[in-house]
Amino acid sequence: MKRHLISAADLSRDDAVLILDTAEEMARVADRPIKKLPTLRGRTVVNLFFEDSTRTRISFEAAAKRLSADVINFSAKGSSVSKGESLKDTALTLEAMGADAVVIRHHASGAPYRLANSGWIDGAVVNAGDGTHEHPTQALLDAFTMRRRLVGPDAGLGKDLSGRRITIVGDVLHSRVARSNVHLLTTLGAEVTLVAPPTLVPVGVESWPCEVSYDLDQVLPKSDAVMMLRVQRERMNAAFFPTEREYARRYGLDADRMAKMPEHAVVMHPGPMNRGMEITAEVADSVRCTAVEQVANGVSTRMAVLYLLLGGSEPAVATNHARTEENK
Amino acid sequence: MSKILIRGAKVLGGEPQDVLVDGETIAEVGTGLGAEGAQVIEADGKILLPGLVDLHTHLREPGREDSETVLTGTRAAASGGYTAVFAMANTFPVADTAGVVEQVWRLGKEHGYCDVQPIGAVTVGLEGKQLSELGAMHDSAAGVTVFSDDGKCVDDAVIMRRALEYVKAFGGVVAQHAQEPRLTEGAQMNEGVVSAELGLGGWPAVAEESVIARDVLLAEHVGSRVHICHLSTAGSVEIVRWAKSRGIDVTAEVTPHHLLLTDELVRSYNPVYKVNPPLRTERDVLALREALADGTIDIVATDHAPHPHEDKDCEWAAAAMGMVGLETALSVVQHTMVETGLLDWAGVAERMSFKPARIGSLAGHGRPIAPGEPANLTLVDSAYRGVVDPAGFASRSRNTPYEGRELPGRVTHTFLRGRATVVDGKLA
Amino acid sequence: MDAVIPPPEPARAVLEAPDIARVLTRIAHEIDERAKGADDVVLLGIPTRGVFLAHRLAAKLEQITGRTMPVGSLDITMYRDDLRMRPARALARTEIPGEGIDGRLVVLVDDVLFSGRTIRAALDALNDIGRPRAVQLAVLVDRGHRELPIRADYVGKNLPTSLRETVKVQLTEEDGRDSVLLGTRATASADGQ
Repeated sequence: MKRHLISAADLSRDDAVLILDTAEEMARVADRPIKKLPTLRGRTVVNLFFEDSTRTRISFEAAAKRLSADVINFSAKGSSVSKGESLKDTALTLEAMGADAVVIRHHASGAPYRLANSGWIDGAVVNAGDGTHEHPTQALLDAFTMRRRLVGPDAGLGKDLSGRRITIVGDVLHSRVARSNVHLLTTLGAEVTLVAPPTLVPVGVESWPCEVSYDLDQVLPKSDAVMMLRVQRERMNAAFFPTEREYARRYGLDADRMAKMPEHAVVMHPGPMNRGMEITAEVADSVRCTAVEQVANGVSTRMAVLYLLLGGSEPAVATNHARTEENK
Repeated sequence: MSKILIRGAKVLGGEPQDVLVDGETIAEVGTGLGAEGAQVIEADGKILLPGLVDLHTHLREPGREDSETVLTGTRAAASGGYTAVFAMANTFPVADTAGVVEQVWRLGKEHGYCDVQPIGAVTVGLEGKQLSELGAMHDSAAGVTVFSDDGKCVDDAVIMRRALEYVKAFGGVVAQHAQEPRLTEGAQMNEGVVSAELGLGGWPAVAEESVIARDVLLAEHVGSRVHICHLSTAGSVEIVRWAKSRGIDVTAEVTPHHLLLTDELVRSYNPVYKVNPPLRTERDVLALREALADGTIDIVATDHAPHPHEDKDCEWAAAAMGMVGLETALSVVQHTMVETGLLDWAGVAERMSFKPARIGSLAGHGRPIAPGEPANLTLVDSAYRGVVDPAGFASRSRNTPYEGRELPGRVTHTFLRGRATVVDGKLA
Repeated sequence: MDAVIPPPEPARAVLEAPDIARVLTRIAHEIDERAKGADDVVLLGIPTRGVFLAHRLAAKLEQITGRTMPVGSLDITMYRDDLRMRPARALARTEIPGEGIDGRLVVLVDDVLFSGRTIRAALDALNDIGRPRAVQLAVLVDRGHRELPIRADYVGKNLPTSLRETVKVQLTEEDGRDSVLLGTRATASADGQ
């Protein structure tokens, strides 16, 4: 049986809650004198990174190591991958080395899906971000962070995010974080609103289970959590918005805007932050901003994912990739 | 030369008739024809069509012989019922000189499976900057009449205008690959609901439609004719319909895959579905079928685009665009147009033989099945049902989107000027 | 733990609610005696039913000693040696009382002692949490068939069984009633207790 985490859309509500509950138990391990569990002893997890992302890689590395797995970091930089070795040959190499799981970050959307479904490898594939497609573990850690903050670490166990209003702001078009979050948060019962300049909202967004707004100020008072996406300055050159200053003025989160949010509402950011662009330093450093917490929660969440995918003879999380090959 | 009697064939899908071929030409068409001295082929109610003509084939030779050669490509063409193919110019070197087009033309002649009519590049190196020696290619032994930068769009309006004007001198036609380059930078698939979900760069319909709109207006302005390659959107259909209603001399083609497949298939991230122009939506597919039926779209052209396995056995973004199509085209057309009641077999003959030959000014092909005409014929077992198995392809490449799919119809015999190139479904 | 395969024959109750209450009272007294007032005892139940038993024992010990008894839970899932033989499963809560376990007498509490593998895992888990002065084991039922050199310090009932039999403990907190059921299963397997 295949066992992969490619898209947040593959997770049912119960799967997602199980992952969050498991992450909650994993988080408690971090408070112990010995932060290590023997659970994945003898298993090999490969971090296959075709794209630089030290943050995500060390998060997965810490998660795998806390579960006693052997970790191999395979970076495309400086390896034969950058000299034209194909994804397939890399996959076959990892397979020959006996990888039980491959955590893959790739600049091409769909590369993890290909890896999982091509028959090149037997191990579990975990998508650690593919192109502008998805980043499901980021969405899980975001949901985990929200549940902890909005419901409570203990009170949240077994619960989803029903009725919570989540606003995602920024470059939705190029954001794998946004795509995964829309899927997952909706599955968990939250109401999602995307806020962005129209140029940064994908054509076809009308099929997504969320609202779209171009006006941040209108949405803020009705938000339980506001997730600010990183906006790359290069987008300006492709005419997605006129200037950084105008972007920050219309879509950046500063203290005045934060004051419009309800008392309990939190500010989230997947990092790395562009201070002064989508978020001011004042907001980034405020107690309402969960950016640092999200990093810590990332390890617990990824431990939960690795445990549930690798901890047994078959995964506890049902993932089904039997997507239609036929179009009728 | 020998005689062949094809007995009991439904000529263009009509009543069963006998067709007697003598040498390179059709000698007689009728019932109860005598078989003296002739090899008899019992057609048994199969459909007899004029040899198919493909206005849009990539034979890859010279330069990419790892994906296809003139030999393997023409064998694939014969297998699919074709007796003539137009070979696109995007080879290495580009077919932008008389020397290259003559080489391709000669290779087709030598191999003898299917006539090969080279298409000349509109601009040097397909770079869209300087006109190729269009006249020299026309005057060469290859007698080029169709010019295209296919694979790339002639996006400079001035170059396009000049090309349209220039080829009038010798009755040529420019076949435009309509793709606005800036709107399709990084484009990976049709822009819409599916691309939004998959996070693949969107290829908007407007990138095709805006170029077609411009080019039909240019053709009207300079009084030239223009041919639109692989139309893929409902909007493009509307523009061509409007242009024709104004009397603009425009013709258009659609590929078999755009008549059947949609962008939903891309959800598999399987690069076998990666093609230029991209697979569109069901709404587009239905509009294209309707347009092909009502004549807005004139012809079916395969855009047969072979690629070696390694160019498809990879992640989507790294994969090459294109699908092979010569060996499945007629089956897909039967499936999408004939069996849906949109076209009869005479209509298929018009769109896959008569009209493409006329657009390409190709003598000796796309002729009626009548005494005195060249014996370019295709016999089709339309009752056949089979699952597509690329292992059996004559093409050097296997990048078909139909693997494992059941499709109707099978070419049992192909005759090129009276000589069988396919017998009982096998290459002769 | 409870057997997963339902017995093909109707199960027979070997302990009913009053019996369970009585043996728990006895175990509480034994703990009090052997731990000499039980002033450094920490009760850790092994989920699921061991936790309920630990809380019941704590309540009885509080009646006996008049002091609050630290009680918690110890999930051993991630320490099991049969993880790869079954699907990955949800984790239960590990709740160590505020006093911690360092230098204390930890009494592990479980419902059924069978192969001993659960207790082996529990000892490993304890090792990662702290260093108790001593570890003891209390079980409601000891059904034999040990696969490891492990024995219980406090046993509610010794129940000689064959491997074809199943022992199922039901507790009000989880199952709506208190009882210990002895049944039969179609195929013997040694991985469950």
